[in-house]
Amino acid sequence: MNLPIYLDNNATTPMDPRVLEAMIPYFTQKFGNAASRNHSFGWVAEEAVDYAREQVAKLIGASEKEIIFTSGATEADNLAIKGVFEMYKDKGNHIITAVTEHKAVLDTCKHVEKLGARVTYLPVKADGLIDLAELEAAMTPETILISIMYGNNEIGVIQPVKEISAIAHKHGALFMTDATQAVGKIPVDVNADGIDLLACSAHKIYGPKGVGALYVRRKGPRVKVTAQMDGGGHERGMRSGTLNVPGIVGFGKAAELCYQEMESEAKRLSAMRDRLQSSLLELEESYVNGNQEHRLPHVANISFKYVEGEGLMMAMKDLAVSSGSACTSASLEPSYVLKSLGLSDDLAHSSIRYGLGRFTTDEDIDYAIDVTKKAVNHLRELSPLWEMFKEGLDLSKIEWAEH
Amino acid sequence: MAYSDKVIDHYTNPRNVGTLDKSSAKVGTGLVGAPECGDVMRLQIQVDDNNVITDAKFKTFGCGSAIASSSLATEWLKGKSIDDAMKIDNMDIVEELSLPPVKIHCSVLAEDAIKAAINDYRVKNGMAPIEAAKTHH
Repeated sequence: MNLPIYLDNNATTPMDPRVLEAMIPYFTQKFGNAASRNHSFGWVAEEAVDYAREQVAKLIGASEKEIIFTSGATEADNLAIKGVFEMYKDKGNHIITAVTEHKAVLDTCKHVEKLGARVTYLPVKADGLIDLAELEAAMTPETILISIMYGNNEIGVIQPVKEISAIAHKHGALFMTDATQAVGKIPVDVNADGIDLLACSAHKIYGPKGVGALYVRRKGPRVKVTAQMDGGGHERGMRSGTLNVPGIVGFGKAAELCYQEMESEAKRLSAMRDRLQSSLLELEESYVNGNQEHRLPHVANISFKYVEGEGLMMAMKDLAVSSGSACTSASLEPSYVLKSLGLSDDLAHSSIRYGLGRFTTDEDIDYAIDVTKKAVNHLRELSPLWEMFKEGLDLSKIEWAEH
Repeated sequence: MAYSDKVIDHYTNPRNVGTLDKSSAKVGTGLVGAPECGDVMRLQIQVDDNNVITDAKFKTFGCGSAIASSSLATEWLKGKSIDDAMKIDNMDIVEELSLPPVKIHCSVLAEDAIKAAINDYRVKNGMAPIEAAKTHH
């Protein structure tokens, strides 16, 4: 076992060596511009991009013509929401999203609000799932788009996308999903799921950083988005800019590997995740955040009450995880995702997200269990709150001097 | 953001962790912060008849910098008169631990805990509490 151990695969994943191998020729010998139509350098590059497009399309059950390569999922989210709003604003100006979305969606929605959109931010239930009745009730004749993520980055909760898309289509709206955390991890099928637009990223699936894609449905309905990047008319005019050929080749290879290995990998990861979770829940006053039934196989978000997340991560110096604690951000606000589940701020401050991945081993999990338990116990010895809890004091009755 | 060696040292080997008898007239207790804010510090001092601090203990719920700030504070308090202890400034802690700007609030909390502990002791022993002379940011 090599230290440090990486269990932060929701943030990014290491690139699979097989992906790197596929990419290497496209930096040096096969360096052509995929838009060069008049010589073999261009043709070779274009052919590689076309192949990658097929690989990515296959992973989500799409046709290769429906894949628009971007610089990543953030750009894909921007293109989808801004592009749909600009294209369809004469039809209506209402967009529905949820409070637990990634900032790439929420901040883009804030942006289109300034341009005249009306956005509904649906709350979520205590388990992180949206309430379908509430979604249905929020629909209006003006609603042009529902944007709800597939799997949540912090808690791994999987939204009922089929039901959501059915509601969208019943009311004549489009359904877009940020599937960055779900694609390549669980089966995603744009047709079975009724998805009209889907954002995903290579670096979450063992591919390179700096490349992602937006799926844009071509049939039933034919979806159009207004380009947000103008220029040479690449990607069917929806996203100009010379294609990142090596990145796209890597994305394609990464997608292919996920397609081949996803089923067995999901089983392996969920078994390890479940073992990690059940061992950690042996610690008193520890709680799983989010729905455990509808959850990505590689994620567990756990709050260890009376210890603070950043302090905890510092005690686990050879274990890379992440926390919803305020102290890990400049804002000093704890995770908005955990707060929107109705978690009290102190539990949000006490959360740790474990994100397993393709290169996680059983030994890594043993180490993570051991080091987490030791760290939690150590910090509870230092925690005045733990002492008060052990003395039977009701912490909610204490008047805290908030600062 | 990497932690300074001193923060890591105090965090890894915290000084003076523990609890003094808060009902004793010779013990002053300061409990500051709030669980919702992600930091709670409890700092206690044991004071002798000459108003000199003979012992100090802490427990802190918070990040590494908060734990280090309170650990350092207990070291500094021991042997000081309560009047001198009142003069400990949060910026002294910032400097000693090389805290980055985003962690200055940890040092403020430690200063508040010191003052709260001293005032608790003063009130218990018939002295007027001292109002904080400055306002923090």
